[in-house]
Amino acid sequence: MVDEVRAGASGEAENTPTEPPRAGIAIHGGGAGDRIYSVVITVFALAVPALLLLIFAVVTNAAWPALKTFGFGFLTSSDWDPVNDVYGAAPALYGTLVSSFLALIIATPLALGVAIFLSEFAPPWLRRPVAFLVDLLAAIPSVVYGLWGIFVLIPILRSYVMPFLRDTLHLGATPFFSGPAYGPSMLAAGVILAIMILPYISAVSREVLMAVPRSQREAALALGATRWEMLWGAAIPFARSGIAGGVILGLGRALGETMAVTMVIGNRQEIAASLLAPGYTMASLIANQFTEATSDLNLSALMAVGFVLFVVTLIVNAGARWLVWRTSREAGI
Amino acid sequence: MRRTIWAATGLLFVACSGGGDQQSGQAAGAPAQAAATSGAVDLTGAGATFPAPIYKKWFLDYAGTTGVKINYQPIGSGGGIRQLTEGTVDFGASDAPMSDAEMAAAKGKVLHFPTVIGAVAVTYNLPGEQQSLKFTPDVLADIFLGKITKWNDARITALNPDAKLPDTDILVVHRSDGSGTTFIFTDYLSSVSDAWKNGPGKGKDVQWPVGLGGKGNEGVTGQVKQTPGAIGYVELAYANENHLPVAELKNQSGNWVKPSLEGATACAAGVAQNLAADTDFRVSIVNAPGADVYPISSFTWLLVYQNMDSADKAKKLVDFITWALHDGETEVASLDYAPLPPNMVDLEMKQLQQVTYPGKM
Repeated sequence: MVDEVRAGASGEAENTPTEPPRAGIAIHGGGAGDRIYSVVITVFALAVPALLLLIFAVVTNAAWPALKTFGFGFLTSSDWDPVNDVYGAAPALYGTLVSSFLALIIATPLALGVAIFLSEFAPPWLRRPVAFLVDLLAAIPSVVYGLWGIFVLIPILRSYVMPFLRDTLHLGATPFFSGPAYGPSMLAAGVILAIMILPYISAVSREVLMAVPRSQREAALALGATRWEMLWGAAIPFARSGIAGGVILGLGRALGETMAVTMVIGNRQEIAASLLAPGYTMASLIANQFTEATSDLNLSALMAVGFVLFVVTLIVNAGARWLVWRTSREAGI
Repeated sequence: MRRTIWAATGLLFVACSGGGDQQSGQAAGAPAQAAATSGAVDLTGAGATFPAPIYKKWFLDYAGTTGVKINYQPIGSGGGIRQLTEGTVDFGASDAPMSDAEMAAAKGKVLHFPTVIGAVAVTYNLPGEQQSLKFTPDVLADIFLGKITKWNDARITALNPDAKLPDTDILVVHRSDGSGTTFIFTDYLSSVSDAWKNGPGKGKDVQWPVGLGGKGNEGVTGQVKQTPGAIGYVELAYANENHLPVAELKNQSGNWVKPSLEGATACAAGVAQNLAADTDFRVSIVNAPGADVYPISSFTWLLVYQNMDSADKAKKLVDFITWALHDGETEVASLDYAPLPPNMVDLEMKQLQQVTYPGKM
């Protein structure tokens, strides 16, 4: 994915039809070493898609009994009752999508701001340490985020942010911020996820912004553009598909995040419109229940949740890729 | 060249984003670890996490006195039963007895040996309230059913006339992960409330009518401690270590009891005297009769095949269980587990004689 981002950013690879020189194949009589090398890297390259297909096959196979039993209802039912062996993944599916998109809504502007500041405005002595610290966010284990969420974020949300949103801003009149504020909630999960995916989006955006050719900026400035106009008229459109790639990377991370979300989302099998209400995600459902799932159908239902998560991730990624491809084509670069 | 570097970066990103799967990786890694070390140990087992601390201590002490090494992987009761069924471990351990379907799926007859007794305490967070709250079984069930929603509900104030109960919502906190603790608690609620029995029922995880889920005892504790008006349930050992306020419950004899090790042992003793001589020990002891009984108590079991293929392993396992039921029981209280009553030990020793292996007379 990063490869693609880079390609989109430099704006060359996708437009120039010339193939890169293919050393291992094009040069004949290159000796046994070259041939071995080409075989080895081909095997390596094929191993990854093969692994993906294998995982898909195993998950599908294990999920089959549950998918066969519950059919399409698995996606629409809110029941999760191990006592009576009835399962439905609707709340978890809903929670995964909502918490991830909430995270994107919060993280994208922040990350873009960080990236633009670091690539355009920050003095060189500040750029490196700030970039390093932002990247460091990606290195914190998710369980630490979860603990921080329980002990710091949730009390703040419960005491200040939620009452502010609900009562002071009167958003409680809308269904999205109504109801009691216990703390663990979809909102808490969204905020934790936003912090976790921020470094991915900002790192990629920063790199692609820095990769915008100097001539592009100079041309804009030469036409009399202010710094602001240069940024929005010349630099960001050029980096657009790369930034979108960074956002996709963040989204992929948010969809699959498990530990931190489990610790702050409240783990309730219910679809609630309010962001202040607890919810569930597919990844946390699997993590919570897998160790103690005893009945065959229960295990299969958890694998089916994994299958749905797999498919959702594929769809979201494919959709986002298509979006990137379309915008970059429309932009004509 | 540039492409290669970026591809490598991509791999790094993938590696980083895999961090969230540590949990599942751990669970999957555990059996592999057990298999890898089995060359050096005499017996391997897997299962419940709740009794894992006392089992660890037992195995360590037993290895010290007899030299027999036992490897135990606390992967969860469900995992323990699965591994025993597949025959990848010599014994399993579970917080809930095996169901008839699970017994049928196993490779042979499985014997259940209760080892220690665990109790589950009801804990709550009411700021300013110092004395222990009292609940009758039906009030407790109705709180967890969502029928009683306010702390100053008439049925709660009637039981606690001296307490200052606020006009706030009750927030129920339960376990989000499947657990033996939930099994014991829902087993109790099912035994005292028909509405619970016919509704959510009993299991390691149930469909909770109300409330939030916290992961693990620590998740529930954290949630209750932080939220004024919350009520939840945790293992007694966990409540003691963290000095959580615990509720007094009314037992079958009509006495108010605080959770205690003695109360849990009394609960088992009350059941044991009525057990048939040929019992398979797959019994629930919640809500047992007796004056001092703390009603939310349960056995945790070791699971052993009646017919074992290896005489060597079978003898070692029988010797260990004999040791555990006698010498081992004396040290369980130090880790906040309740010891078995003496009449249980006698019954189990009889069942232990049923274990057969090649060459046994």
